[in-house]
Amino acid sequence: MTATENAVREGRRAGKGSAKTPRRRRVAQNRWLPYLLLAPAIIFELLVHVIPMLTGIGISFLKLNQFFLRNWLEAPFAGLSNYHYAVDVNGSIGKALLWSFVVTIGFTILVVGLSWVLGMFAAVMLQRSFRGRALLRTIFLIPYALPVYAGVIVWKFMLSRDNGMVNHLLAQLHITDGHTFWLIGNNAFASIVVVAVWRLWPFALLTLMAGMQSLPTDVYEAAAVDGAGMWQQFRKLTMPMLRGINQVLILVLFLWTFNDFNVPYTLFSASIPKSADLISIHVYQSSFQNFNFGLGSAMSVLLLLFLLVVTGLYLLFTSRRSRRA
Amino acid sequence: MRESTSFKVIRVVGLTLLTLFTLAPLYVMIVSGLKPLSDVQGAFSWIPSHVTVQPFVDIWHTIPLARYFTNSVIVSLSAAAFSVLIAIFASYAVSRWDFRGKRLFQITVLSTQMFPGILFLLPLYLIFVNIGQATGFALQGSRIGLIITYLTFSLPFSIWMLVSYFDTIPRGLDEAAKVDGAGPMRTLWSVVVPAAKPGIVAVGIYSFMTAWGETLFASVMTNDSSKTLAIGLREYSTQISVYWNQVMAASLVVSVPVVVGFLLLQRYLVQGLTAGAVK
Repeated sequence: MTATENAVREGRRAGKGSAKTPRRRRVAQNRWLPYLLLAPAIIFELLVHVIPMLTGIGISFLKLNQFFLRNWLEAPFAGLSNYHYAVDVNGSIGKALLWSFVVTIGFTILVVGLSWVLGMFAAVMLQRSFRGRALLRTIFLIPYALPVYAGVIVWKFMLSRDNGMVNHLLAQLHITDGHTFWLIGNNAFASIVVVAVWRLWPFALLTLMAGMQSLPTDVYEAAAVDGAGMWQQFRKLTMPMLRGINQVLILVLFLWTFNDFNVPYTLFSASIPKSADLISIHVYQSSFQNFNFGLGSAMSVLLLLFLLVVTGLYLLFTSRRSRRA
Repeated sequence: MRESTSFKVIRVVGLTLLTLFTLAPLYVMIVSGLKPLSDVQGAFSWIPSHVTVQPFVDIWHTIPLARYFTNSVIVSLSAAAFSVLIAIFASYAVSRWDFRGKRLFQITVLSTQMFPGILFLLPLYLIFVNIGQATGFALQGSRIGLIITYLTFSLPFSIWMLVSYFDTIPRGLDEAAKVDGAGPMRTLWSVVVPAAKPGIVAVGIYSFMTAWGETLFASVMTNDSSKTLAIGLREYSTQISVYWNQVMAASLVVSVPVVVGFLLLQRYLVQGLTAGAVK
């Protein structure tokens, strides 16, 4: 996000520079034009994001269940009791939420880490041209282009115990007996990590490839003349030059993965295994299946606060480090 | 430059493994879509006992797939078109003018990316229901409600990218148009938009894909007549037995429009990302 801020600042500077001698009449005429141009974006953002979010915060203080849904403004005030239920780790609701939170953290770290490593590996391997490079690049991007539900539903079939390709392959290679349950029990966690990585790593690749295209090639040539090997070039040249992109990329991967709903929803349908009880689906079920909307909203607000704090700390930490360097 | 042998070995092995990982589900999807039902009810087989296109015929009768498909096309195309148009206007304002509240606008738009969808799903649902009760104009359960929702999902990224893209277009072109007597809107359409074509195309693909793949809001905001593919496809597995061959065939059919579009236009997407995000 600091990259954007920089871009914004640069843009502003450029704008000022070119309009040093503004014609007064034109400026006065155009004073309202930018607001007019922004109006549609502002209206839709307000309608779909800002107002519902504020409403959601309001609902988290209500005792809102299915009986009040049609006249939700008349739902009784609940004070902080929804929050109390959510964070009380001795109660069943709080305990389940904490478990789901821990699972989600583990899931996020693994998926973001693996996706970034695979994306970076492939981007470096594809940095120089060789036969078949364009074809490989196209193939690698396909999982990202597929609609989430279509890609994930294939994995659901592949991971099914009796008809699936994964068990068949593992038995053919004599790794297992071919009767493993992949979508229930503890294995479900490994399954969802693999599926999420399969779907996410192409985005890391796409972003890193775009970033590497803008790197100057002469620096690499100079380094090679000085006798720097591939690994040294990667560590001393590629990584530092990609710092800005990595900062934004990892943040985006983190937010997407942490909030992911599509993958668990499609992979497990209604019966979410405890080992893969990701937070967004946990909150969804508390709201829409147990019809406790006040509690669901309170959980969502806590989630938002957590994401705000993590994002803030992340940006603070990474920006300070890059300034020192 | 010379590449060491070990580097070449790592490259071949690594890229081969990644290719297998990437393509395995695609292979399963295509091959299983060509299998008779008996083939997918037993243990998995790498090749069909005999190849049949029957699943591709049956998918249209098992569930009302054509209706879901039409809904998805209408919703995604409209959401993408409006999102691109709105983003062009907003980005033009941000890129070319200094005005009060510009920074607030940008921060707000970007931070909406961070909201967990689940936080505003229920409130948005309730607001849509209330608007319907008050005005008689049903947003909940309609395609229009879904279009409005989806167009805002891609808006933050689209604006962010187009602003950086517009910033790379030299102001000299604007000035030249102004000298020729063109007003700001004329300049936008005849100078800025043509010069930013790759960025606009990339934003359009992104918006379309976002709408085509969304599941969470579709699961709550649609009814039987406005259901999109994301929700509709689940109906194959609520049948008494799962017709996996049909599920695979249907997954392939719904993937083709986006994958083909994406691959044809990936050049623009990479170009757009390079000029936009990578600054």
